[in-house]
Amino acid sequence: MTDTSAAPGGDRHASYPDALIKSILRSVKTIAMVGASPNWNRPSYFAMKYLQDKGYRVIPVNPGAVGQEILGEKVYASLREIPDKVDMVDIFRASEFAPPIADDAIAIGAKVLWMQLGVRNDAAAETAEKAGLTVVMNRCPKIEYGRLSGELGWHGFNSGVISSKRRKI
Amino acid sequence: MSIKSRYGFETLSIHAGASPDPATGARSTPIYQTTAFVFDDVDHAASLFNLQTFGYIYGRLTNPTTAVLEERIASLEGGRGATCTASGHSAQLLAFFPLMQPGDEFVSSRRLYGGSVTQFTRTFQKFGWKGVLVDADDPETVRKAITPKTKAVFCESLANPGGVISDIEALAKVAHDAGLPLIVDNTMATPYLCRPIDWGADLVIHSTTKFLSGHGNAMGGAVVDSGTFDWAKDDRFPSLCKPEPAYHGLTFTETFGDLAYTIYGHAIGLRDLGPTMAPMNAYLTILGCETLALRMQRHIENAQKVAEYLDGHPEVAWVSYAGLPSNKYRALAQKYLPKGAGSVFTIGVKGGYQAGVKVVESVDLFSHLANIGDTRSLIIHPASTTHRQLNPEQQVAAGAGPDVLRLSIGLESIDDIIRDLDQALAQASRLAA
Repeated sequence: MTDTSAAPGGDRHASYPDALIKSILRSVKTIAMVGASPNWNRPSYFAMKYLQDKGYRVIPVNPGAVGQEILGEKVYASLREIPDKVDMVDIFRASEFAPPIADDAIAIGAKVLWMQLGVRNDAAAETAEKAGLTVVMNRCPKIEYGRLSGELGWHGFNSGVISSKRRKI
Repeated sequence: MSIKSRYGFETLSIHAGASPDPATGARSTPIYQTTAFVFDDVDHAASLFNLQTFGYIYGRLTNPTTAVLEERIASLEGGRGATCTASGHSAQLLAFFPLMQPGDEFVSSRRLYGGSVTQFTRTFQKFGWKGVLVDADDPETVRKAITPKTKAVFCESLANPGGVISDIEALAKVAHDAGLPLIVDNTMATPYLCRPIDWGADLVIHSTTKFLSGHGNAMGGAVVDSGTFDWAKDDRFPSLCKPEPAYHGLTFTETFGDLAYTIYGHAIGLRDLGPTMAPMNAYLTILGCETLALRMQRHIENAQKVAEYLDGHPEVAWVSYAGLPSNKYRALAQKYLPKGAGSVFTIGVKGGYQAGVKVVESVDLFSHLANIGDTRSLIIHPASTTHRQLNPEQQVAAGAGPDVLRLSIGLESIDDIIRDLDQALAQASRLAA
């Protein structure tokens, strides 16, 4: 049950149904995080650590950190170099870098293209959607997981969830 | 603009934030009467201390019972998140804390609860914060008072002791034109009567001690963030948009997006200033919120009847209630509080100081005390109590002249409320005769 306001002007990406976000978070197992930082106080590190704690495998992609590990995972220079199957690509880069990442996401067979809070590129989204991917933009999977599981409410946030059932993702 | 919900106000009042307890299935929110919470392991502890994962550490920062109330109040106000505090006064402190540095200023309406005037102009000085109080009835006066050091504009939606209503939309425009947030104290109106975020407010604060808890039994405050003000658009709010040394250089706006202000409230504000709401008080306030709509309906119904009755009473010189047709703030009341103008207002008794004293000493049902927003009807004579230290000229300027009585109309039977006031006014009139 969602509380987010209706999309103004028919913008499909202004809000997403809770059911869509839940189905993504339930079905995805492996996430490639483009722009994952080895610095522990960067937002991407926060999100990667949280998602690992929730049982996801997160594979970092960052050409500037090749040869390192982040949170126990080998860093790759690009999505195309990852040898394992990737379910979702999470973009932690500025919006203008999204189109080639979307092309790579399609090429490696990802099912979901997710752009972080503050990241939105409608052309990249259209390309990915035409190739059959589900696209979420301007959202953080950590915050969405926390919101839908009730954890965000632990810190006083308005999750928008009303339910007489015990919460689970 | 506020976060819209597909649920009605009454549903949110009862359910928001309060799904069954995840551990036990308890349907009513349990009182987590504990100071601290165990860590799974050292790594989990580190993640929590680094703010990398959601979870509980220590009761000064967060508590599961209080968190339910925070989500409840955030939902009712249409905000992104809320931080509950030990009192309304500490909510004001926590609201300004992320915005202000030593030497900074804020501009406030001067029509405030008297205790806020003292806090803003005296106590905040000790932090190097300057509260500039102006007549906010004319928004241009507020505009002229803004300087490069100003960090916020402040008003009460429905101002204590009553009758005064702020033009929230106009004040929001003045604040936003200057790149500043508007903070609105919504204690007297409650989100049932007015939702300031709908009119452009960026932050909303409450003394939950009043109508939200509603039964005169639990101290508390709340700071609600709309989540829509961009704290990082320039360098004016370094606490939020610059690296925070106390968290190893983390930048709140970058890491937490629109959650930044509320996370700062818990992780820095409550952590380092310490005015935490007690879990028991959070529970009582949750209980109060569940009946907020029902209580407010009766509060305003009773208040309107009492105001109309007193307006024609031979011992009453004037009634300052925005629900009366003759009131100066009637038009603003119809815009911002269409359901009703609250249940706290002032009256002037004929016979001045002695008559005022006689009325508060003669009431039998009204309680003579310094609070508002109780199920019980309350009365106070400011000139002989809360404003006693002022000289007569200052008392009049503060709306606390010798003849002024403040009433907070409760939920008792309306005939009993009116009869009690009537007999007390009769005793005061015999004094004058």
